[in-house]
Amino acid sequence: MHEVVLRLAGVTKRFGALVANDDISLELRRGEVMALLGENGAGKTTLMNILFGHYVADEGSIEAFGKPLPGGSPKAALAAGICMVHQHFTLADNLSVLDNVILGTEPLWRFRSDRGAAAAKLSALAERFGLTVDPAASVGSLSVGERQRVEILKALYRDARILILDEPTAVLTPQESELLFATLKLLTAEGLGVIFISHKMNEVMAASDTVGVLRGGKLVAVRRTAETDRSELAELMIGRTLKAPAVEPMEPAEPVLTLAGVTVRAARGMLDRADLVVRRHQIVGIAGVSGNGQAALADLVSGLGVPNDGRLEVFGKPVVVAGPLEMVRRGVARIPEDRHATGLVGDMTVWENLIAERVRLPEFSRFGFLRRDAARARAREVIKDYDVRCPGPDAVSRLLSGGNMQKLILGRTLSYKPGLILANQPTRGLDVGAVAYVHEQLLAARRAGAGVLLISEDLDELLALADQVAVIHRGRLSPLMPRAAVTVRQLGLAMAGHWEELPDVA
Amino acid sequence: MWLEPREHVSVAVRVLAPVAAVVASLALCAVLIAWTGTGVIQAYGLLFQGALGSQFALAETLTRATPLMLTGLAVAVAFRAKLWNIGAEGQLYAGALVAVLLGSGPLELPAWALLPVVLVAGALAGSVLLIGPTVLKTRFGVDEVVTTLLLNFIVLLFVSMMLEGPLKDPMGMGWPQSAPVLPEAELPKLIERSRLHWGLVLGVVASVVLWVINTRTVWGYEIKAVGANPRAAGFAGIAVNGVMLRVAMLSGGLAGLAGAVEIAGLRGYLTLDLSPGFGYSGIVVAMLAQLHPLAVVAASMFVAGIFVGADAMSRSVAVPNYIADVLVAVSLLCMLVAGFLVRYRIRWSGARAGRGN
Repeated sequence: MHEVVLRLAGVTKRFGALVANDDISLELRRGEVMALLGENGAGKTTLMNILFGHYVADEGSIEAFGKPLPGGSPKAALAAGICMVHQHFTLADNLSVLDNVILGTEPLWRFRSDRGAAAAKLSALAERFGLTVDPAASVGSLSVGERQRVEILKALYRDARILILDEPTAVLTPQESELLFATLKLLTAEGLGVIFISHKMNEVMAASDTVGVLRGGKLVAVRRTAETDRSELAELMIGRTLKAPAVEPMEPAEPVLTLAGVTVRAARGMLDRADLVVRRHQIVGIAGVSGNGQAALADLVSGLGVPNDGRLEVFGKPVVVAGPLEMVRRGVARIPEDRHATGLVGDMTVWENLIAERVRLPEFSRFGFLRRDAARARAREVIKDYDVRCPGPDAVSRLLSGGNMQKLILGRTLSYKPGLILANQPTRGLDVGAVAYVHEQLLAARRAGAGVLLISEDLDELLALADQVAVIHRGRLSPLMPRAAVTVRQLGLAMAGHWEELPDVA
Repeated sequence: MWLEPREHVSVAVRVLAPVAAVVASLALCAVLIAWTGTGVIQAYGLLFQGALGSQFALAETLTRATPLMLTGLAVAVAFRAKLWNIGAEGQLYAGALVAVLLGSGPLELPAWALLPVVLVAGALAGSVLLIGPTVLKTRFGVDEVVTTLLLNFIVLLFVSMMLEGPLKDPMGMGWPQSAPVLPEAELPKLIERSRLHWGLVLGVVASVVLWVINTRTVWGYEIKAVGANPRAAGFAGIAVNGVMLRVAMLSGGLAGLAGAVEIAGLRGYLTLDLSPGFGYSGIVVAMLAQLHPLAVVAASMFVAGIFVGADAMSRSVAVPNYIADVLVAVSLLCMLVAGFLVRYRIRWSGARAGRGN
């Protein structure tokens, strides 16, 4: 057993009536990877922010390397060797990798910086930990995985002894995640202590030595990873047992969405001669790393774009005049990728958001005047039917939790019994309970006769729900494969462009 | 020191915040007044008297408030959609120019029709002036703050050119001013033997109509959605660019109407000093009113009262009437701070470590 490098004792943090962290005590040892597992809102990020000095704990103390760490000072945390890699990277796109790394480490009043020495130190670090990245490259031109490497290098450059990673794999492919975990092994072998935050069970099992499970602000358990298993952790995390969604076999019926040789060249992404058919009673999954044409595909089905070439049919009829309202009228439900940016208008109320797609239809307006009573009544129905936790129809949407926002969007579209559902990353960033709810709703819609186009980066989700899966890479869609015929590994490789790994694809 | 968002803001706080802001700005300006050696109470007393103290003073204040109300509404509707129209001044002059052009006699119209035509044409002139920058914004991403601001100077120089040339009044003894509009093109007075005219009623009606549009109609809904999150609005099927154009028509139209109303109700002819910055003050009015159409009525009266009152005050004591500009500017700053404090609570570092509550 190595010595303890970080000790939290009785850390408590309250926000008003909410206890975000309740009497949390834990220890991190040298050379150890600790995973912090918990649902959204369990207090993981709050705890790490306290550790890094963004918040000050109301009670409790923190010790790093045997010395008490003063609260509320990121500077003190950095000086103690604690570095944090945030979920949303804190890099300047227009600067080079080297500039990003040395940014903030040099005193302002020195006129010339010792870039030569900095570059040498950086490349030595990069080599030692296998974090290859071109120091002269502009960060804006790097892939997400490479950016994360830069963030880690930044921490190492500052002589980090304790590295905190907040949801590090949220943006990575499975292969990139594996690379990351290999890097973490190297780091711990050099004596660093690592804490990573996650709500994905398989990563926690694969990459950690110990697991701390947070629920409702309390540390409910600490386990050696080797001595626990997924189902125990899941139970600890959500406080009850959760069944995997049961996908009953169903006979696919007539097509609801057909793409035949569809090519799209748009600023938001491209599709290259894509063929796809989605039928009633069927969930078709699209796997791929974000930025490979999913946006173009989603825009087509959302009514935000038209094919430059090829044929697009919805319910057997070609789409000539695109437009969101046209798609809504035809019976297409659209669940957008980003609930905050495109799904909801945060500053509007729940009822206002609920009518957004249909405000010009007679249901919610007459002679240009809003039917506010009808809208509020509708909102009350959706709040009840979809279990949206909010004070009422007049609540401001921005204040809802991610899961409740998604329920609001589901209610807005699914309550109209759509024949085709576009679900673009429908569970990204949601906690386990909300994920299960979304999955249930999609399966219920499938049972009721809808065809679902499920675009997701979460391979476990695709393999749990989809009847058929295709991989998208650089705008090209692979042929559809039945779920049973593929593995996570094959999909992961195909997502990185290795098509030959797919069964029956030359 | 750090900031903590307030979870619940009571109605009393919302209403009291602007009042507190006004009191704070009066207190701050009292320092300046005391500096001139004048008694603060006396100066403010005179200011109050000059703004509201008599029927004449009240009529003057309301007369001054009329164009501010319209430009304030113009800015409020545009800012709600995040269309940053800084060009109300130019749109006001465009409206005034067209009002004079049509009102001074070239049209063969029945007498009752001339006034409505003049007002509508003035409003349309303002609309047209804002459409250009709006199309440039939606099509090419050109910053409308720059284009609308610069258009103000172009319009003012164009008006100047017209007043020195084709529009110059032959009876004007060489002054750069236009011929007066016909009597049929004049707005009737609201109170006899005062300068107050029916433009005020027009302004109040416009604010009520705008409030109804904002809260009760599909248009208002779409404007709010586009202003708050254009991407989500577009995803939901709202024609974002179309909404922007509609807002531009509305905003430019209100500012143009302000110019036409000043001509038809007050001046009768066009000069280059028609507006002492009504367009720019409209921004202040809209911000003071926090973009709420009904509050624009009150805010315009407040700003007008300060200006009229300060004029009266400066005639009696040794405080220059520039104090009005300072007062309005300080009250805007105080209002912004008050709005901020309504949303956030300041915590000092000692308090942060303690129990949050």
